[in-house]
Amino acid sequence: MSSETLTAQETDWKQPSPRKVAMIFVILTESALFTIFVVAYLFYIGKSLVPPYPHQLLHFPWLGSVLLFGSSGTIMVAEHHLKKGSISGFHLWWAITFAAGVGFLFWTISEWIHLIYQEGLTISTNLFGSTFYSLVGLHASHVLVGAFLLGLILFMSLTGRIRHYHHEHVEMISWYWHFVDCVWVVVITVVYIISANS
Amino acid sequence: MPNGTTTVDVGEEQLPARPGQERGTLTGWIQDLVYTVDHKKLGILYIGMALVFLVLAGIMAMLIRAQLAFPDGHVVSPETFNSLFTMHGTVMIFWVAMPLAFGMANYLVPLMIGARDMAFPRLNAFSFWLTFFGGCLLFFSYVGAPGLYGSGGAPAVAWMALAPLTSRAFSVGPSTDYWSLSLLVAGIGSVTGAINIMVTIFCYRTKGMTLSRLPLFVWMTITTMFLVIVFLPPLSAAQIMLTLERYLGAKFFDTQAGGSAILWQHFFWIFGHPEVYILVLPAFGVVSEVIPVFSRKPIFGYPMMVAASVLIGFISAGVWAHHMFAVGMTSFGVTFFGIATLAISVPTGIKIFNWLATIYGGKIRLELPMVFAIAFLFQFLIAGLTGVMLGVAPFDWQLNDSYFVIAHFHYVIVGGILFAVFAFFYYWYPKVFGRMLDKKLGFWHFWLFTIGFHLTFDPQHIAGILGMPRRIYTYHPGRGWELWNLISSVGAIFQALGIIFFVLNLIWSARKGKVAGDDPWDAWTLEWMTTSPPPDYNFEKLPEVRSRRPLWDLKHPDDPDWKFE
Repeated sequence: MSSETLTAQETDWKQPSPRKVAMIFVILTESALFTIFVVAYLFYIGKSLVPPYPHQLLHFPWLGSVLLFGSSGTIMVAEHHLKKGSISGFHLWWAITFAAGVGFLFWTISEWIHLIYQEGLTISTNLFGSTFYSLVGLHASHVLVGAFLLGLILFMSLTGRIRHYHHEHVEMISWYWHFVDCVWVVVITVVYIISANS
Repeated sequence: MPNGTTTVDVGEEQLPARPGQERGTLTGWIQDLVYTVDHKKLGILYIGMALVFLVLAGIMAMLIRAQLAFPDGHVVSPETFNSLFTMHGTVMIFWVAMPLAFGMANYLVPLMIGARDMAFPRLNAFSFWLTFFGGCLLFFSYVGAPGLYGSGGAPAVAWMALAPLTSRAFSVGPSTDYWSLSLLVAGIGSVTGAINIMVTIFCYRTKGMTLSRLPLFVWMTITTMFLVIVFLPPLSAAQIMLTLERYLGAKFFDTQAGGSAILWQHFFWIFGHPEVYILVLPAFGVVSEVIPVFSRKPIFGYPMMVAASVLIGFISAGVWAHHMFAVGMTSFGVTFFGIATLAISVPTGIKIFNWLATIYGGKIRLELPMVFAIAFLFQFLIAGLTGVMLGVAPFDWQLNDSYFVIAHFHYVIVGGILFAVFAFFYYWYPKVFGRMLDKKLGFWHFWLFTIGFHLTFDPQHIAGILGMPRRIYTYHPGRGWELWNLISSVGAIFQALGIIFFVLNLIWSARKGKVAGDDPWDAWTLEWMTTSPPPDYNFEKLPEVRSRRPLWDLKHPDDPDWKFE
């Protein structure tokens, strides 16, 4: 950025990193978006007029959760390797993270196929269907974006375009990935624990 | 003038030419505006777009007033009338007032904090073009919506688009989809723009420009953009739900399937009320810059002004249901939202008193920006007072959805925000175009518009108290509303004349206005340090900022501000 030339020689004048500030606000605005869908889900628990109801269909998402929470750990290991300058370690752990993200998406697809074709729950079936698919779908769409970013970095890194001084760029993607993880905690609590037991 | 060796011929007086500023062909000029990522050009684009939409939505308002001027009027059909007030409201909020806020912030913030551009210039262009195409999408509904289905036209669901009016059964054809999709598109543009401005403010300040030395306009912009970032997504979420309902048969607001139409109102107003502050805070910022400069005094109570605007930002999150008193809620809900609504008038009152204290004892120069700022003070005070009245639930039950409410929020948006925007134009136009706006035309604009504003909106308070509901197509004689409506409609003509003078002034002064120089108002913020118009790189060199009035320090080295801060 051009104003860096203005402040470059003035070493005692420190301001926060634009990347970090921008990512904080992205996460803030995304949280606000999710909040409304979560509120809609909570508000409509037990208000569906026709079956199926959550407690008949929903099982705790063990596989998806293990994949997603695990990937939050592996991405941190990958970052650590990049900061140390060990590119091969970074490749390995980043690829594992990417695979976990894609795995989560496949798990969601299989869950939805089961719900739609075996259980007959679609977005237009009842209020449960509308709120379930919109909330879980919004989260899955964020996982999709995250997986795309992970894949992009993997590709760039394998073609030799990522160096250790890119660790802050990479860190921003991991911030986003952790955020998607935190949202999953809320989704599990609201959808798979509260509504499935009410 | 650093690079001023040649001059180009523009009118009687000459502006010094700078490299890259020569007059080119029209296509070259348009190409430059389309390709640009410069924050100043994008700011001008935002404001220019807002002015075009202001005229379009203003013409709609004229048609509404023509229809209501006399009882049993038939100027337009009832269907057209519904789409007129829907489009008028939607366009004025989302494509006039918000782009004005973004345009002002875009142009001024980097200059005021001593940055060379926004943090993410290309994202900045992206935000503008999304907003622009969102507006095009909305207006395309006039030709696109009836096209395939043979029904519908422009959206006709009012700007808050209450459920279940927006369901497939009650709004046939795609016109409501145009409404919801255009707002989604423009909403993404607004959020990305807001993030960009925030990052610019927090990460690209010049040396010494600490947060406690930011000009108040920048502080108000921080609060505004924070509100955009946090409270625009609820609207987007509600639009997504509405679109899912209309296209995939989701049941969110479908009362037949157990859904709640009230939930839409909650979601809409969780966005809708902070939106009022998104619009009004930049206006506060403009007034906070204009009043000190034209009273020749530093702003009174700078820390309180900052605290008050941040407090307004926070309280505005908890007042939305005062738009829904008449819907019915628990007595706890009524009490909570009533108290929060009254509480928000406290920081606003602090601001009014600080502006008055700044003027008090000052050496007042009644130039055009100051004249508009003083009118703002009077009118915004009345707007606030009717706001407090409506915050009292029993009063609101009586007058909800009446012309009293219309009068109240037009006092806020026209009497408050638009007057501050005019002050913005008269104050910063010399910086943007290098020439002063003409004073004579300006005072014609001021008096015509002020008289027109009061003629239009003062009587609407009375019509509202006499029971005239909003959004009605026409009314029968004998209810005591005729006179007030006629005065209102006559006032609209005065306002239109005022706007014509204003637009003529903008065009005429760009070519023939008096050459302004770098600092025509003897002001104190950094943007007046550079040339008018500023070069592409904004500043050649900047001093270290040591106080809230860096230019004062520069002009008065013997009596600098930083000795007293």
